[in-house]
Amino acid sequence: MGAAHSASAEVRELEGKTGFSSDQIEQLHRRFKQLSGDQPTIRNLRKGPSGLADEINFEDFLTIMSYFRPIDPTLGEEQVELYRKEKLRFLFHMYDSDSDGRITLEEYRNVVEELLSGNPHIEKDSARSIADGAMMEAASVCVGQMEPDQVYEGITFEDFLKIWQGIDIETKMHIRFLNMETMALCH
Amino acid sequence: MGLQMFVTFNPWNLLLLFTALECSEASSDLKESATSTAQHVPNAWFAAAGSEPDERISVFELDYDYVQIPYEVTLWILLASLAKIGFHIYHRLPGLMPESCLLILVGVLVGGIIFGTDHKSPPVMNSSIYFLYLLPPIVLESGYFMPTRPFFENFGSILWWAGLGALVNAFGIGLCLYLVCQIKAFGLGDINLLQNLLFGSLISAVDPMAVLAVFQEARVNEQLYMMIFGEALLNDGISVVLYNILIAFTKMHKFEDIEAVDILAGCARFVIVGVGGVLFGIAFGFISAFITRFTQNVSAIEPLIVFMFSYLSYLAAETLYLSGILAITACAVTMKKYVEENVSQKSYTTIKYFMKMLSSVSETLIFIFMGVSTVGKNHEWNWAFICFTLVFCQIWRAVSVFALFYVSNKFRTFPFSIKDQCIIFYSGVRGAGSFSLAFLLPLSLFPRKKLFVTATLVVIYFTTFIQGITIGPLVRYLDVKKTNKKESINEELHIRLMDHLKAGIEDVCGHWGHYQVRDKFKKFDHRYLRKILIRKNLPKSSIVSLYKKLEMKQAIEMVETGILSSTAFSVPHLAQRIQRTKRLSPEDVESMRDILTRNMYQVRQRTLSYNKYSLKPQTSEKQAKEILIRRQNTLRESMRKGHSLPWGKPAGAKNIRYLSFPYSNPPSAGRDARAAESTDDDSGDPGGPSIKFSTHSRVSSLQKRPQTQEVIPMRRLHRGGKTFNFGYQRNASLEEDVGAGRRAVLRPKPLFYTVDEEYESGRESEEESSAVGSRWTADHGHSREHHKSHSSLLRRK
Repeated sequence: MGAAHSASAEVRELEGKTGFSSDQIEQLHRRFKQLSGDQPTIRNLRKGPSGLADEINFEDFLTIMSYFRPIDPTLGEEQVELYRKEKLRFLFHMYDSDSDGRITLEEYRNVVEELLSGNPHIEKDSARSIADGAMMEAASVCVGQMEPDQVYEGITFEDFLKIWQGIDIETKMHIRFLNMETMALCH
Repeated sequence: MGLQMFVTFNPWNLLLLFTALECSEASSDLKESATSTAQHVPNAWFAAAGSEPDERISVFELDYDYVQIPYEVTLWILLASLAKIGFHIYHRLPGLMPESCLLILVGVLVGGIIFGTDHKSPPVMNSSIYFLYLLPPIVLESGYFMPTRPFFENFGSILWWAGLGALVNAFGIGLCLYLVCQIKAFGLGDINLLQNLLFGSLISAVDPMAVLAVFQEARVNEQLYMMIFGEALLNDGISVVLYNILIAFTKMHKFEDIEAVDILAGCARFVIVGVGGVLFGIAFGFISAFITRFTQNVSAIEPLIVFMFSYLSYLAAETLYLSGILAITACAVTMKKYVEENVSQKSYTTIKYFMKMLSSVSETLIFIFMGVSTVGKNHEWNWAFICFTLVFCQIWRAVSVFALFYVSNKFRTFPFSIKDQCIIFYSGVRGAGSFSLAFLLPLSLFPRKKLFVTATLVVIYFTTFIQGITIGPLVRYLDVKKTNKKESINEELHIRLMDHLKAGIEDVCGHWGHYQVRDKFKKFDHRYLRKILIRKNLPKSSIVSLYKKLEMKQAIEMVETGILSSTAFSVPHLAQRIQRTKRLSPEDVESMRDILTRNMYQVRQRTLSYNKYSLKPQTSEKQAKEILIRRQNTLRESMRKGHSLPWGKPAGAKNIRYLSFPYSNPPSAGRDARAAESTDDDSGDPGGPSIKFSTHSRVSSLQKRPQTQEVIPMRRLHRGGKTFNFGYQRNASLEEDVGAGRRAVLRPKPLFYTVDEEYESGRESEEESSAVGSRWTADHGHSREHHKSHSSLLRRK
């Protein structure tokens, strides 16, 4: 932990950027070191298509984790809305692999296929048709009535927000960063 | 409005009252005469022969004693059922007050009658009848219909709240009442601490089931609902355990002899009884799930197995002085998932309804007993005790709610707001449980038993009526956060993604959270448990099953509304399209729409709905059947007309795969369909739309239809510059299209659905064969594609 102590200015900077407290940063740093084997970066073990980073350093790690912080309900409406949007943007980027601002049918299909990939009995076709159905639904929610010649390009971020209107992201997308010490030791 | 209900209410009730009165009259007459002579003297009303005993054969005789008990019990149950019918006829009433209010009133009525006619002793509830016969069905039913996922997500909070809440309440009320009793002025000095504690424990047994129906009307958010539900579930068990322990204490020692050792032993016993009961229940649950795996040939006994094993778990636990209630609850929860997949559709329905029926009967009887006790001479009124009881009940409930939730909110991801907590506080309605426990206090140990019973009754009446009736408006007034569960594929996908994401991140952080546990459990479940316990282990994916369900729904909608489906398609377009293929005037379209809208069905919504007193009707089964019938008719007609459908490729075995299994096995189709249908997230009503019938028909009628294309409707429409002539596209040609890497574009789906609708409504006379063929292909290709994929999903294992 020498690095953290001597670079407390760094910690404070990270605190400011990500909103974690210094204790949490220290804990996460410990975890990071465990995962990375004391290297400065974690390598991406999966040989994915381009667009995925090859390695991430601690700051990236923290940034990602910061998306999962619980929203403080005492903040004002706007702040809460802002945080919510941030989380949803994170999620949106997960779907939108080529980062063009739209989730196209192909990308959506990939997501569904991956979700169902754990189940060996589902064929690609069914995954695809599910994705299509979902896309259809999204289209109906976002655009409403469509002309027969109209082509639905993909889900934009605004549409995404609309779809997520009813779903409670606060309860789902956050982790209480407590008790990590004991668990980290268990692994 | 009230009068209207009353009017319907009255004739039946009058009839029943009359009958009841007659019976009691008859029996009282009989009582008098029986005391004088040994033989049955024919009643003056009915006697046709002479009055000397043994001289003549009497034409009419009345032997009421023989049937008295079953007769009266049946009568009571019938009366309660009629009251319920009346209650629901007046639509607004169920939302206004809980049904238990009604049952109490019926009970009081019956009690009044019995008292008024000075009846011989009515069947009295004693300890064994209650604990052995009346209580298990009620508990079984609540355990069986519990929505599992929300329950386990909130498990920690529920356990903390229900367990500690019961304890805090019991001891708090007991101690405070003891202090009150110490005040000489009230004349309660002879009630010692132990008795007060016991009273506290039985009065803290909450029965918020009554409130749940009101919550459901108001559609409160899932977390709140689950807390109350969980409390209801565990509360009974905990109170009874506490009650038994304290009774044991009372029997065992004089108050002065109780040492610290005994108290520790009591605590240990509490824990052991609870945990032991649960383990017992789980064991029995697994056994019964295992047995149902082999019952396919004797499906008639499947409900029997379920019920007998549950009951057995209760009894076995009680034998060892473990908590039978917790055992039977655990048994129901464990067994439900596996049993549902193993048993046949009919058994499944039977189990559900029979369970409801049993619990209904039990509850009714308990309320009748309560009513009978109310109207009677065995009361002891003591202003101080009763008022203080009421006051302390409310105070301690408030204290326990706010204190316990304050603590648990710190650990929860979804903290309960103050509003939620107020609602939880206010829903502390006491019910039949407390009454029974009070009634069954042994008189020898509790000389002031009557006082306890009276106090309990007062609390019950107060909370049920006043709180029960006002909680609805309170919920609406406080504007509690509502639930908005809507069923959509997107939602399911997103939620699933979130689960994975969260589990992954938690793993990365090294954080052991809920999702991890759930994940591990699911893995364990899939790998071992399901293999052992389920007959045909079909892997279910909730996404796929939801999707199928939605497909079904859409198919239903399509049949009903035709043109007006959810992704709305305006009429002019339709008319325009249609004109290109056949001459169908807009007037015809309009008239068809009218016909369809007139026969609209309501598609079932999936909401977190558990109503103790009613099961959601299975409308979708009927709808599925209807669709099937219509399709069959149109199919038959088309085939009769000899429309040849030129199919390029011969039927490959690969292509014809339907949801069901080999055609010779139609009964299993239902089960499998249902297996594929049921989702992980069990809602209160786990019966999904059964597509048994539709798949069966498809099997039989579409055997020879080979599939010729890769069916992605959007794609086809995209490449179709030729509007509806894609009937004969082969797989190959479409594949190469795909291969060309063309970006798939989304078209409004209903475009071709609606066209198909034309076909469906039987206007073949105006159609060209090719159009028919194409549409036929389109529709069935599409649906069959799903079936193909789904069945491949199902078939592999």
